[in-house]
Amino acid sequence: MTDLSMPQTQPRTQSATGKIALRWLLYVLLGLFALYYLMPLFVMLTTSLKSLEEIRTGSLISLPREVSFDAWKTAWSGACTGIQCEGLRPYFWNSVLIAVPAVFLSTLLGALNGYVVAQWRFKGANIIFSLMLFGCFIPFQVVLLPMARLLGMMGIAGTIPGLIFVHVIYGLGFTTLFFRNYYVTIPSELTKAARVDGAGFMRIFWSIFLPLSLPIIVVTVIWQFTQIWNDFLFGVSFSQAGTQPVTVALNNIVNSTTGVKEYNVDMAAAIIAGLPTLLVYVVAGKYFIRGLTAGSVKG
Amino acid sequence: MSEWLENHLPKVVLAPSFIAVLIFVYGFIGWTAWVSLTRSKLLPKYEIKGFIQYERLFDSPRWDTAINNLYIFGALFIVIAMVLGLLLAILLDQKIRVEGAIRTIYLYPMALSMIVTGTAWKWILNPGLGIESMVQGWGFPNFEFDWLVNPDYAIYTIVIAAIWQSSGFVMALFLAGLRSVDGEIIKAAQVDGIPTWRIYTAIIIPSMAPIFLSAFIVLAHLAIKSFDLVIALTGGGPGYATDLPATYMYAMAFSRGDIGQAASSAMIMMLVVFAIVVPYLYSELRAKND
Amino acid sequence: MAPILDINKLYKNYGPVEILKDINISIEPGDFLVLVGPSGCGKSTLLNCIAGLEEITGGTLSIGGNDMTHVSPKDRDIAMVFQSYALYPTMSVAKNITFGMKVRGVDQATQDAKLKDVASLLQIEPLLNRRPSQLSGGQRQRVAMGRALVRDPKLFLFDEPLSNLDAKLRVEMRTEIKKLHQTLDASIVYVTHDQIEAMTLATKIVVLKGGIVQQIGTPAEIYNNPANLFVADFMGSPAMNLIPAQASNNGSGTQISIARETGETLVLNDARDLSLPQDVILGLRPEDIAEAGFRAGAGVQEAACMVDMVEPAGADTYVVSELGGKQVTARLHAETSAQAGQMLNLAFDMSKVSYFAKETGERLN
Repeated sequence: MTDLSMPQTQPRTQSATGKIALRWLLYVLLGLFALYYLMPLFVMLTTSLKSLEEIRTGSLISLPREVSFDAWKTAWSGACTGIQCEGLRPYFWNSVLIAVPAVFLSTLLGALNGYVVAQWRFKGANIIFSLMLFGCFIPFQVVLLPMARLLGMMGIAGTIPGLIFVHVIYGLGFTTLFFRNYYVTIPSELTKAARVDGAGFMRIFWSIFLPLSLPIIVVTVIWQFTQIWNDFLFGVSFSQAGTQPVTVALNNIVNSTTGVKEYNVDMAAAIIAGLPTLLVYVVAGKYFIRGLTAGSVKG
Repeated sequence: MSEWLENHLPKVVLAPSFIAVLIFVYGFIGWTAWVSLTRSKLLPKYEIKGFIQYERLFDSPRWDTAINNLYIFGALFIVIAMVLGLLLAILLDQKIRVEGAIRTIYLYPMALSMIVTGTAWKWILNPGLGIESMVQGWGFPNFEFDWLVNPDYAIYTIVIAAIWQSSGFVMALFLAGLRSVDGEIIKAAQVDGIPTWRIYTAIIIPSMAPIFLSAFIVLAHLAIKSFDLVIALTGGGPGYATDLPATYMYAMAFSRGDIGQAASSAMIMMLVVFAIVVPYLYSELRAKND
Repeated sequence: MAPILDINKLYKNYGPVEILKDINISIEPGDFLVLVGPSGCGKSTLLNCIAGLEEITGGTLSIGGNDMTHVSPKDRDIAMVFQSYALYPTMSVAKNITFGMKVRGVDQATQDAKLKDVASLLQIEPLLNRRPSQLSGGQRQRVAMGRALVRDPKLFLFDEPLSNLDAKLRVEMRTEIKKLHQTLDASIVYVTHDQIEAMTLATKIVVLKGGIVQQIGTPAEIYNNPANLFVADFMGSPAMNLIPAQASNNGSGTQISIARETGETLVLNDARDLSLPQDVILGLRPEDIAEAGFRAGAGVQEAACMVDMVEPAGADTYVVSELGGKQVTARLHAETSAQAGQMLNLAFDMSKVSYFAKETGERLN
């Protein structure tokens, strides 16, 4: 822990007032940056509560004179995504239907894979792990075309199971990495003791490793949920009308050219689409950050 | 049989995932590489014709724009996000009383979908109703801020939104790095009477070299894959002024029906990513095995 | 009676690297076998091979008369105690101890009865509902032993079980393990790098180095008749004095000359007729060099030596003198008047001397 506010032993070159001024400057700077990061959220929220008339006449950052939730209602159940006008609601549920099974499956597989790679090393296990790890980093554009054809051949093109399949496959690298990095810190003697005690591969996983795994399960679930909920590329490439996830629907609402542009509805829809991951972040931010840093700094 | 299964269960469990990765990552890369060497148009053909798609790609003014945009976007995004992230991390490292709350505020954009971010900034940067009209309303009728619809400047709006989204994350990385510097070294420097700013420039920041590398890799990777943000903010426009390789590839694959171009542009993207990521991962894995 | 453990021509390779070479060990029921050697000598690998946690590359291994070469650990009827204790962190002490029985489908009543027996034997009844993280090092050690004892196996395996404990606790637990061995009449294979642990616990010691067995024997055999220089140097503390010397036959016995940097050559006579080569290494334990007048016997020879250093150690006083270019330690009684820088008459018990070949390090007598 760096501790730079310790009293310094050198002769004082700064006066006490200078120090206080510097401290104030620091807080002002931090406050300004906080405003910068909060501004878009604030603008989205106030705009979504204004009427179209007020948007046209008022200022970007002014508070709504009259709070109205009409835009939210429209965004949820009436806004048009192209020719259909059902709002975000069906797409929001599509995203739930995609994310829940995909998160569950990719986490479960990642846990098993990580357990094998970390605790049951066999010849070639490291190479397999490295190959899976490299898979995390490919730009997905390089698999879009063949995946589109394969989903067609399997008869699940444009369906929710198809999207679940895609998300599970391309989530495996990260989930395996998370669990592997967690399980290598558990002494291998634990596995040995359990083997001598008579427990087999699966029994050791269920009785000993899984009960230890809550923190990493939380990290992985949050990471996968955020990735899958926020996905746009797979959603827009592999869905069709009716199975689109919420991000695709949001983009369609915003770019829909029919009728009058309803900015308040756009903003309400954006907040609705962002709410689940934002909520996860606020509730479990610690785990969210751990996932982010684990996903970028191996080790 | 059950004896065999018991002995080989670890391999049996790992096998489906490994086979899936082999097919859906490496096999698919192979497929795309193959198709990029053919004359595929609306449907894939498998007869190899050499590098004709790559020649077309590099002759295409649209691809040219996409690559140029990637340079501009990538360079600005990476440099500014790193500088801003480091600055914020150092500011937050000064025993701030409400550090937790401030950190939460700086980092929340990372939880949002790029589509949500794009939608918000599209509104803020809207010339008729956003910042431009706001400043004009403050009594500066000649103020102009039309980057979003100006082909020469639209790419910079993407930089602005991308930095807003990712700089907090860079800050979190750097903050973790600052906190992991050996406290005794810093105490020793303080006892030696070295001023605080010198401690940062001479001791702490140089010792964080691996974090700079990680941050660079993550940001470069994000920049090359950028797709959602462009689609939501500018849709690649005006015209194709804000096309990036990712949007070019998507347009070729799904709206222009030019599979050969889509495959070759995807291959170029992958080569760029691998040129950056592979040496990094290789050194990381090696270091761990030693 | 059939040997409880029989290892025959065992080899273990990791890729091209030979970890264990031609290991042949056999122990009887009730034996306490200690595998001892420096770190990296392969002792833990050998234990893992016995447990079945590592596949062996060549040779055979039987436990209780049954071939176990390719049998999985759970079917070998063994129990194991680990250096890090390897307690299951999410289970209570009681669950840790009964986990093995539960996996094997032992009925609840038997589980409870056995748990009670073991808990009272090890005096851990008050700890049964705690988690491992709430226990001290010594308590964890007891639980780990309880987990092994409750299984009542043919063979117990201990992998450096005491090396994570502090010095005092280590001595206490050592005594306790020895007591357990005697009360239960269990067969034990025990790995350690600590030669004192090996000497105090074992009925049989295997000294390993570089994957090769150096010597197998009772503690007394290993201590008194080390098979080579490595064993001589490794076993015993302070270590055996190993002094370069010249040997010649003087008709009835052997005459030994040891060069000294200061003073004339030291000449000692060994009554045994050993027909040694000229260049030898003479091995003599510190306790076999005493102050003149305090040691009697047929083989005792006295000579004046320069005292370089005096190290009082409470019960004994160690005196260091240069002989043959080596710092030679003698173990004297505590009240000795020896002083550094003065000559002192020392008594060498030549009947206890071991001789080693200078080139190969092998024992010569």
